[in-house]
Amino acid sequence: MRRCEPSPDEEDPRTDALEEGTCENSPKEDAVAAPPILILHSPGTNRDAEAALAVKLAGGDPSIVSMNDLRGGAVSMSGFAALLLPGGFSYGDALGAGTRLALELRTWLYEELAGAVRSGRPVLGICNGFQALLKSGLLGEPRAPRRVTLTDNANGRFECRWVNLRVEPGCRSGWLSAIEGTLIRCPVAHGEGRVAVTDPEVARTLEDSGLVAFRYLSGDSHAGGERVAGGQYPANPNGSVADIAGLCDPTGTAVGLMPHPEDHVADWQRPGGPPGGQGLALFEAFVDAAR
Amino acid sequence: MPTNHPGKRSGGDSGVPVRIQVTSSDDPRAGRIVEGARHLGVSGLVACRVSRVHYLQGDLSADDIDRLCREVLADPVVDQLVVGPPETTPHPAVEVAPRPGVTDTEARELERAAAALGLPPVRASTARRYELIGDLDGAAVSAVSRRLLANDTVEQFSLDSIPPSFDTPATAGARVESVGLSGLAEADLMSLSRERLLSLDLAEMRAIQEHFGREGRDPTDAELETLAQTWSEHCMHKTFRARVRLEHIGADGSVTVAHYDGLLAALRTVTEELDPPWLRSAFDDNAGIVAFDDDFDLAFKVETHNHPSALEPFGGANTGIGGVVRDVMGVSARPIACTDVLCFGPPDLADRDLPPGVLHPRRVRDGVVAGIGDYGNKLGLPTVNGAVLYDEGYIANPLVYCGALGLLPSGSHPTDPGVGDRIIAIGGRTGRDGIHGATFSSAGMDEATAEQAGTVVQIGDPITEKGCIEVVEEARDLRLYHAITDCGAGGFSSAVGEMGEHLGAEVDLAGAPLKYEGLEPWEIWLSEAQERMVMAVPPGDVETLRRLCDRHDVEMTDLGSFTGTGRLVVRHGETPVVDLPMDFLHGGVPRREMVGRWADPAPAPGRVPDADPARLVLDLLSHPTVASKEAIVRTYDHEVRGGTVGRPFVGVRADGPGDGAVLKPLGTWGHDMAVALAVGINPRIGRLDPWAMALHAIDEAVRNLVAVGADPGRVALLDNFCWGDPTKPDRLGSLVRAVEGCLEGARRYRMPFISGKDSLFNEFAGEAIPGTLLISALGLVPDLHWTIGSALTRTGHDLWLVGEPSERLGGSLVDDLLGIGDRLVPPAVEDPLRRYLAVHRLIAEGSVTAAHDVSDGGVAAAVAEMAVGGRLGVDVTVPAPGESVVVALTNEAPGRLLLESPRARRDRIATRLGSLGRRIGGVTAAPYIRIRVAGPVAGLEPVTIELDAAVRAFTGRGRSPDGRP
Repeated sequence: MRRCEPSPDEEDPRTDALEEGTCENSPKEDAVAAPPILILHSPGTNRDAEAALAVKLAGGDPSIVSMNDLRGGAVSMSGFAALLLPGGFSYGDALGAGTRLALELRTWLYEELAGAVRSGRPVLGICNGFQALLKSGLLGEPRAPRRVTLTDNANGRFECRWVNLRVEPGCRSGWLSAIEGTLIRCPVAHGEGRVAVTDPEVARTLEDSGLVAFRYLSGDSHAGGERVAGGQYPANPNGSVADIAGLCDPTGTAVGLMPHPEDHVADWQRPGGPPGGQGLALFEAFVDAAR
Repeated sequence: MPTNHPGKRSGGDSGVPVRIQVTSSDDPRAGRIVEGARHLGVSGLVACRVSRVHYLQGDLSADDIDRLCREVLADPVVDQLVVGPPETTPHPAVEVAPRPGVTDTEARELERAAAALGLPPVRASTARRYELIGDLDGAAVSAVSRRLLANDTVEQFSLDSIPPSFDTPATAGARVESVGLSGLAEADLMSLSRERLLSLDLAEMRAIQEHFGREGRDPTDAELETLAQTWSEHCMHKTFRARVRLEHIGADGSVTVAHYDGLLAALRTVTEELDPPWLRSAFDDNAGIVAFDDDFDLAFKVETHNHPSALEPFGGANTGIGGVVRDVMGVSARPIACTDVLCFGPPDLADRDLPPGVLHPRRVRDGVVAGIGDYGNKLGLPTVNGAVLYDEGYIANPLVYCGALGLLPSGSHPTDPGVGDRIIAIGGRTGRDGIHGATFSSAGMDEATAEQAGTVVQIGDPITEKGCIEVVEEARDLRLYHAITDCGAGGFSSAVGEMGEHLGAEVDLAGAPLKYEGLEPWEIWLSEAQERMVMAVPPGDVETLRRLCDRHDVEMTDLGSFTGTGRLVVRHGETPVVDLPMDFLHGGVPRREMVGRWADPAPAPGRVPDADPARLVLDLLSHPTVASKEAIVRTYDHEVRGGTVGRPFVGVRADGPGDGAVLKPLGTWGHDMAVALAVGINPRIGRLDPWAMALHAIDEAVRNLVAVGADPGRVALLDNFCWGDPTKPDRLGSLVRAVEGCLEGARRYRMPFISGKDSLFNEFAGEAIPGTLLISALGLVPDLHWTIGSALTRTGHDLWLVGEPSERLGGSLVDDLLGIGDRLVPPAVEDPLRRYLAVHRLIAEGSVTAAHDVSDGGVAAAVAEMAVGGRLGVDVTVPAPGESVVVALTNEAPGRLLLESPRARRDRIATRLGSLGRRIGGVTAAPYIRIRVAGPVAGLEPVTIELDAAVRAFTGRGRSPDGRP
């Protein structure tokens, strides 16, 4: 049963075996109550269960809420301390990745979302969620023309592979600052993940304004020895300008990225290589910011 | 946004649709088209401009159109927009659009987006425009259009602007026709069967004639079609249920005769003999079910979608995945992973060798791969395991095996529809698509098939199916239904007919939601439109189910109820459509008596030519069947659901081959147990000895499972038989021999078959494919931390080889490559479990750091693959079964595994393996693969291959421009 109200005790066969896990990290102990976190599910969303698991392991209290229940008023966004838009193919992405979801966000939820961002409640968009956030305008200056987009991978194909990421030290996001410089290894799985800009100047402006939140690093990067991918495939898997893997909005509250840190929250998920680099760090920062 | 907006326009008042053309800068598809044209021999195409074209019909103002463009159709950063007729261009332009009635999700989503913007209702239609830049004559434009840009089966194309085709209503339906059967002679019965594409034989037509003779009337069109679908080979498995006599002629001329009272019954009997405690359901339902842990079961099913994929590769494979995923939903499981095994003709086939009416293998491959990726990715399922084979036998008839794995709480699958339960359909709308799919796949193909088969081939709509997955899981957990099945072959007629077999059912088709008007009742009843499930729901639970459907944007329809009358009664409003007794529908088909004949080929060892062994190993590594499948598999999301432990790629650069998949299902993280999947397939052996093919395929699947850490004591098997026309004794003889091999294999390996499927009539113009058995194996890894890969891990480690070589090369890749013509197949493994249990114990205790199965290309290819994955050198000495170095390196004797292990474990491994294996050398820092040969030819210079050369050969990097295998 999908949990549509914030009632975390309702049984969900995909997450309730979590309680006494052995192959997982234990959920983060905290005296403070776990903040309720909304995970938005629209038709075609598919990494919702993993995102919920990551939030839970990071100490949050996730609820997967359907777009229709939000739209119809059965569930209200106001009861949640943070919002996560997970990956997938919302509405089939038939009009371009995230385009239709962006339209739904603008049409039905824009004020609530913009209000959440203004009040500092963190918003995280992953993959399709990032595409929708960006295309809805929620990551840009209000009412300014959009000069950044996510479009077809440079090789024209869907691409699934593990990449190295860095949480960019110069990023202005307050809640990412707790983990700035952190290296994360996790997979990408997308066909339209290339960050493209209207002109090269825009990429510099993003950098100078502290809006670049994540970058792709070279394959042999390690803590203390990282190099950016330099546009080289496959370290930069999609040809994104300036190796940008994720961005934040001008307030730093809303963050989006293409790769899937929720698919690396336990050591056994990693395909070899040195330990560490879990995506869990990102979810811990996210949940902490929601407290 | 750069636009060319010719002032005020309206799409409404004049009824003239507005045309909107969107072009992305740097569209990566353009380069692929140029490259594809080069493969067609069209070298004049230097560039291509790709645009999306949308037609909108409705009462739209210029502002409305502007909003749609801005908010939905065009991205302000990368897109250019033309509203109105296309700009004139000096280059030839081709526009391609789906044929009317073919699923067009883009148009549908555009209509919905317009509604979300609050615009007046619009109808949308889409096309693609290709401006071909370069030096092309008319013939070249035509070749590129027909062979690259459009597939005539589902698309139409036009030079320059294509007129929009909105789904146009056909003539009004609700006509029920009576088909005159009484008094028809044999020849007339058979011509009726042919004309209506019923694929029924004379005995079956007679049984129907007699039944309606007793009822004193003629059948309706819908009744005849219902019987034809239910009795089709595809649905009824008439060959696997027939009484079969096999004449087996030995190489010495001796004849042995065997009788089978049903091949399916024989497979089932062995499963019942073995009857392991973890078996939940075998052969009874849409998928086989085994226990996973204390709380959950696993459901596994593999299907084929060969004929549709031959005609429309994308749509065929797309709906192949969709169909097998619904099979798993049909046992109440949440789908959690997909598999695919693909058999194509050679990718470099010369055009002159391509039969007329057949798509080139490269086009088939690219379309199939895109179709599988599209559907699996959009369902959020990792496509984790499979194989790709290339063989001339599949040029006109590719094989597309699609598998799905599901997870369900133990005991949560109800199979007990009750009288009074409502018949509820959920999911996609019904159209004319897919009519006659079951009977179509029960006949051979020829040159004209593509033209006749327009309605059979479909494009999938994965997002509708994704909604169904959510609804079914939630409905299952709330126990809202008493029975569930998918709408596959035969559509509603099969789903309702099977679910109501012991009850009877009454259906009104008038309420079925249709994609477009004008369907006749029999078409609604028989349509195999995709993405539909049928459930038996108690009346009191219907509204709860409706709420779940609303939440997930899934359409739901109440079609009628189960009655208890024992009759299948279908109406369209007041018009009677079908009235058949269930026992005749399900029990009336005459049982077939069939004869198969198999003659063992005369034993003839081939002569092994002299070949430079190092060159030969590189040729094997770069053979498309062996070489890396990265260009294919990376387009599949194999990580979604976060449970992929054993991956398709392994090693330091993630480009070594994985032997099997290991998955940790979400929701079971409370313990460390995981699921393993692997496959075995070898049509080359099947040509010589189908019995041996079965044992070799089982062995390959099992050793792949063992290599990744699965327990060989808990493995379940699936069979998928793809063969030619079984009414021809030689085809049936080979099929029965393969079944006999499966029976022997299940006993010898103590592994039950839990599900299977046969796809017969894989013939083109009378030529059959090589009989091809796919074995899919489902195992358990007791602790996911035991999962290892095939890539070498560390200099100084030992390399061990389990199993013995064979002097026989029959069915091996090297035999094929060098044209040796050996007809002797290496003997099957006599006592397989002993060795695999020994290896499993070594893996379980942590003594093994990498393991790899020895298959296509023999021990040399396997050693080289391990070296490539680890980017480390090796120095090994392999046993020689005779005097030939080539045979020692490349023979494909079954039962062999390579193990890498730390030196400190040497004694322990030697003790555990005893005579089952031997240490053959070790891992080196030097970047060379050195293979020496022991035995009679010892003392020769080692075969030496530079590691870099092996990497290039295997990965294809630096070999072909797009890195494709």
